[in-house]
Amino acid sequence: MVSVKKVVLDVLKPHQPNALEFSRAIAAVGDDYHVTLTVLEVDESTETLQVVVAGDAIDFEAVQNTINDMGGSIHSIDEVEVQSEADAG
Amino acid sequence: MNQLGKARYLLHITGTHGIVRRYFVVNGFDGALTMLGLITGFLFGTPADLSVTINACLGAAIALGVSGVSSAYVSEAAERRLALGELEAAMATDLLDSAHGEAARRVPMLIALVNGSAPLLISLLIMLPLWLAHAGMPLPVAPLHAAILMALLLVFLLGVFLGRISGIPWLRSGLQTLLIALLTAVLIYLFTGQ
Repeated sequence: MVSVKKVVLDVLKPHQPNALEFSRAIAAVGDDYHVTLTVLEVDESTETLQVVVAGDAIDFEAVQNTINDMGGSIHSIDEVEVQSEADAG
Repeated sequence: MNQLGKARYLLHITGTHGIVRRYFVVNGFDGALTMLGLITGFLFGTPADLSVTINACLGAAIALGVSGVSSAYVSEAAERRLALGELEAAMATDLLDSAHGEAARRVPMLIALVNGSAPLLISLLIMLPLWLAHAGMPLPVAPLHAAILMALLLVFLLGVFLGRISGIPWLRSGLQTLLIALLTAVLIYLFTGQ
């Protein structure tokens, strides 16, 4: 089994929800997610972010859905960290 | 997230908290002054049966409520569609399935509900003494006077609410709105008083 341990995303989002609410919602997707959000650019209606999500087994689809639900869109996956693990039993 | 939490979230992301509050006060004030006008008109005019006064006030209250709901919905739906279109253009993506899309559909309904219910509820509260008297309940003052006092009290409370929002002393703000209501009553007396 391969687990995703970390993803670095380039995200475009509207000003609302704000960075704190946005990162909280992403962190709430998993039990042990650690989210680091950096605002790279602020335009009239949008913000460009770098979002780093780290965890034991990241559910990328759920993270993507949460970002989309808040009006954000993932422009690129800039970095990933995955690890293979032997299946138990 | 419960329905109330969801509503607050949608108002928050669209920045429409202030609009809801403004509509509540503006239309609540409209409702209160309309009832005050009707009741003082009945008081200063030819005495009429209480049921006539109640029917006239209830008709006005329903009209205010329907007008509030429909006018706010039409204008806010257009505003939200425009805002969503601009955001979609900036994001270069379809936001219909996002919280912003949901807000564009639901926020006009929420605002319309507040806009219509504020004058309706305030009008019904002002009419309460009329209904009580009509039902045979003894009141310490005449029903029309009691309804006018209720209207003045509610106008004062709307002023207090405005004062709390804007940070100015609540008493000053309450007295300001009360003064407007009293001025309205004086104007009605001047034009209709015998």
